[in-house]
Amino acid sequence: MQQPKLSARGISLWFGEKQVLKDIDIGFQDRQITALIGPSGCGKSTLLRCFNRMHDRTPGVRLSGHCYLDQEDIYAKSVFVAAIRRRIGMVFQKANPFAKSIYENINYGLKINGVQENQRHELIVQSLKESFLWDEVQHELHKPAAQLSGGQQQRLCIARAVALRPEVILMDEPCSALDPLSTAKIEELIKNLKADYTIVIVTHNMQQAQRIADNTVFMYMGRIIEADTTPNIFNNATNELTSSYVHGKFG
Amino acid sequence: MKLVSRKHTEKFTARFFKACGFGAGSVLIALSLMLVWNAAAFFIHVKPYDFVSKTQWDPTGSPSAYGMLSMLISTMLVAVGAMLIAIPLGIGTAAFLAEYAGRKLKNMLKPAIEMLAAIPSVAIGFLGIVVISPGLAGLTGRSNGLNALNGAILLSVMALPTIITVAQDAIDGIPISYKEASFGIGASRWQTLTQVTIPAAAPGILAAIMLGVGRAIGETMTVLMATGNAIALPHGFFDAVRTMTATIAIEMGEVPFQTTHYYALFSVAILLFIITLVINMIGEYFVGRFKKFEIR
Repeated sequence: MQQPKLSARGISLWFGEKQVLKDIDIGFQDRQITALIGPSGCGKSTLLRCFNRMHDRTPGVRLSGHCYLDQEDIYAKSVFVAAIRRRIGMVFQKANPFAKSIYENINYGLKINGVQENQRHELIVQSLKESFLWDEVQHELHKPAAQLSGGQQQRLCIARAVALRPEVILMDEPCSALDPLSTAKIEELIKNLKADYTIVIVTHNMQQAQRIADNTVFMYMGRIIEADTTPNIFNNATNELTSSYVHGKFG
Repeated sequence: MKLVSRKHTEKFTARFFKACGFGAGSVLIALSLMLVWNAAAFFIHVKPYDFVSKTQWDPTGSPSAYGMLSMLISTMLVAVGAMLIAIPLGIGTAAFLAEYAGRKLKNMLKPAIEMLAAIPSVAIGFLGIVVISPGLAGLTGRSNGLNALNGAILLSVMALPTIITVAQDAIDGIPISYKEASFGIGASRWQTLTQVTIPAAAPGILAAIMLGVGRAIGETMTVLMATGNAIALPHGFFDAVRTMTATIAIEMGEVPFQTTHYYALFSVAILLFIITLVINMIGEYFVGRFKKFEIR
């Protein structure tokens, strides 16, 4: 097995007294899609947010262990958190475009990350194309993002992440608030993005995991129970808990 | 039986609230009508253009003069000065409270700021006379510091609680997901605050500013006490001024009923009303423009 692109080594995390993640060890392979599944409250979103240090500013959070992007320790003192977040993009559960125009939504990220002005337009157009949004919005780039549909807003959020050319994209249940058609579109988009990016996606939707993920990680009560290729997890799970979860016996 | 009585209560409350609504509405309309009526009586005697374009205000002289430009400019000077101080300070404080202050500090600062709003305007005016005036006099080398700047400082103090509270509520109301989105693409707290949070909170912040401006233009007692009350065209912040509100308050008490002077004061009031209305409408327009971008 080759070196994972992104990995967690011995990650434990507490919200106050409550331990939410327990000694997590996992690696995500480059240019593959990995799904994190498990019942609500099992810590999958919390784990995902560890990788771009989204817990930094949350009061009462304590974290031990290491996360690595390639060989670099994400939590090392010398690391500038904004630089990590540029390399590890994130798409959230609820589409959260800024209160700006479609164009500005993407331009903002490029601007704050110091991309030269003459390169930005090209990147914006390209990221919109990669997010399957270009055809729908090319004539109204300066319309408020708020006027887009939910699915379009989520694709805009993906475009915003993609425009920065990150190495990894973290997705936290990106389709949970969308209708089946928009979901299908985003799934296709995710599969397309795999060619260039390492993708980790949290999902509640077992079919979705099977449709798009190369690998699947099953979590339960803050621990990783099993991690394997998606077919193995869904058909030949070695752990009793995993197989009863994926067959819908609890959840 | 029970059902019937409930129906009666329902009918009664509906009528009661309707009466309240109409009552409030008719008071407002009656008030505006009275203003317009009295102002009209004034404009029979004095041309509206002369009223707003001449600087000489001498209602008791002979011949009497009714030019209120000096007052108008004084009001603007004091209000603009107050806003120049209060807007940056207010929004800065609101941003600090909403984004940077720890919970403990917030719990101490917020009530203290709200308490500021409870200080009677006479007390603030008094402060202007005994504290700020000598201070300004010392700074400028004049005999006293009762001038436009004094009024502006006091009004900014009075407008601050409103601006801070309303602006902070607006900033606090921005969902955390906005900020996370910004942090998520590598923005710093400062970038997030200035480029995401504040623009998203713009309608609320504008409303806060509008309320502050309204306060600054309409406030009477404080400016009456602290600005020196000289009706002359001011040349800067260090000149004594008399605002429109102060003029009405001072002269209304001694003016003979239904004279031109009496009507003139109503005309000043109606002009004040129009100014506030226009400022509010401009505010509403910008609030509407920002609202288009708002995400629900």
